[in-house]
Amino acid sequence: MIQTDKLDTNSAQRMLVIGGLLLIIAGMIFGDIFAVFILHPNAEEIGNALYDAAEAVSVQEPESVSVHFMDIGDRLENRGTKVDTHVHAIKLGYLALLLALVQPFIALDILSRRRLAQLFLTGAVVMPPSIFLIHYVGLAYSPFKTIGWASIFADLGGLLVIIACIGELAGLCIYLRNGMGHDQEPTSDWATVNTCQESRLLLTGGTMMLLAGFLFGAWYAAVELKGHESMEVETLHSIVEKAAGNDMESVEKSLGGYGLLQAERAVTIAAHAHINEFGILAILLAFVQPYVFLRPQWRRRWIIAMLTGSIVLPVSVYLELKFGLIAGAVADIGGLLVIVALFGMLAGVVRHTGRLDAAAEEKIT
Amino acid sequence: MNGAQKLLIIGGLALAIIGMGYGLYYALFDEHQTLEGMGVTMATGFSMAAEEKLPEAKTTLARYGNIRFEYVREVHAHSHWISLGMVLIALGAAFNLVCFPERVRFYIAVALVSGAALFPLGVLLQTTDATILAQVFAVGGTMAVIGGLAAVVWGLLLPARH
Repeated sequence: MIQTDKLDTNSAQRMLVIGGLLLIIAGMIFGDIFAVFILHPNAEEIGNALYDAAEAVSVQEPESVSVHFMDIGDRLENRGTKVDTHVHAIKLGYLALLLALVQPFIALDILSRRRLAQLFLTGAVVMPPSIFLIHYVGLAYSPFKTIGWASIFADLGGLLVIIACIGELAGLCIYLRNGMGHDQEPTSDWATVNTCQESRLLLTGGTMMLLAGFLFGAWYAAVELKGHESMEVETLHSIVEKAAGNDMESVEKSLGGYGLLQAERAVTIAAHAHINEFGILAILLAFVQPYVFLRPQWRRRWIIAMLTGSIVLPVSVYLELKFGLIAGAVADIGGLLVIVALFGMLAGVVRHTGRLDAAAEEKIT
Repeated sequence: MNGAQKLLIIGGLALAIIGMGYGLYYALFDEHQTLEGMGVTMATGFSMAAEEKLPEAKTTLARYGNIRFEYVREVHAHSHWISLGMVLIALGAAFNLVCFPERVRFYIAVALVSGAALFPLGVLLQTTDATILAQVFAVGGTMAVIGGLAAVVWGLLLPARH
């Protein structure tokens, strides 16, 4: 039985579902653009700057070294803030969907729940763009020595999100203490997941992706991580030693090794992170399926697209070490597939809310 | 909501809040200083090499390695607490679909919640002197989460097999 009153006009649940899906889509589009246009050129520029710094060591120019490292720092900040923007937008989208899920069990009045949803979404909308702007705003006009205005706004956005989550937790605790939700019986509308084949497919697929991601992460932490960390410092020692000895040919070889090491770390962590994140996304989307008002075959197509993209992206990212930019391009296509699937599901949710609103209007007239 | 679901959802929400709180504290009081420390030590190491002070250069670069070691684990704790918290909430919502008796589901929930709490804590403790405790929490927590997830997958697949 589908409880069609769950995404009522202006309900907290509707705001959180639609807001959450939009945040995830925005974060993923940003991530795809970053991966296609910024990631690899940025890595190459960092490599070149490191070579220039090593060259400055060989000709004994410490001031030049500092200049090149400021350049490296600037490019790392550029990369880091963009990755952070991508990650935070998506994670906040996930959190929004989760909070939508538990709304039937938040024992607060409708207005309070709506306010909490608005507070959450305000923080979620402020935070990622503020993180993005950290690189461009810097410390301009900042009252602090190390934190700029963009950071301040990002932290403020985060604080609003935390306060909203604490409010939701308080509502949940009241429900558990009193045993009742808000105006209606807190029946498990999660039972709709049980009756919906598409939902079960997403739920099972998502959990399997999480398991695979955790096993992969555990393997990396147990077998590779320490080696990578000690190798990084050893390689840096080798670079400065050879540069000081004016052996630029060996420096170039060592820098190549350093670059490969960083690439290996980056693709392994990216593969681990992405398969886990897509696993979480699949599980969350399982609960959204009852509200996707599309024909069954289209619901299935979007699900297959989503699951396909979710597996193609992390596997292709990991294979970038072997197959280079071709694997990178395939990974970007995988990401695009997931974005398109999310748009399809969002369209279904908007259609469902439109149907609810039209039915409500008819009742009034 | 049964006991296992309550445990997963409240535990998950609590972990997400802890992760976000830690992230806020880290962003306000530690992150910028850590990133600056990494940049300064690496640049200084190279500068010292340019001044023909090779032993000092290597010591400084080793210090860069230590700061990076700390940075990676601090960010890891923040992101994993939140991610695992979200996994717990999502699984909690669908936990009735896991085809095991209620008691077994409760034990799975305990494994998942404790693993999700302890694993990032263990990783964070690697930056302190409590290395044995860090190892116990990190390894034990990982195994608990993996075991719990494997049990959930099995429980979800059981109706399909029968």
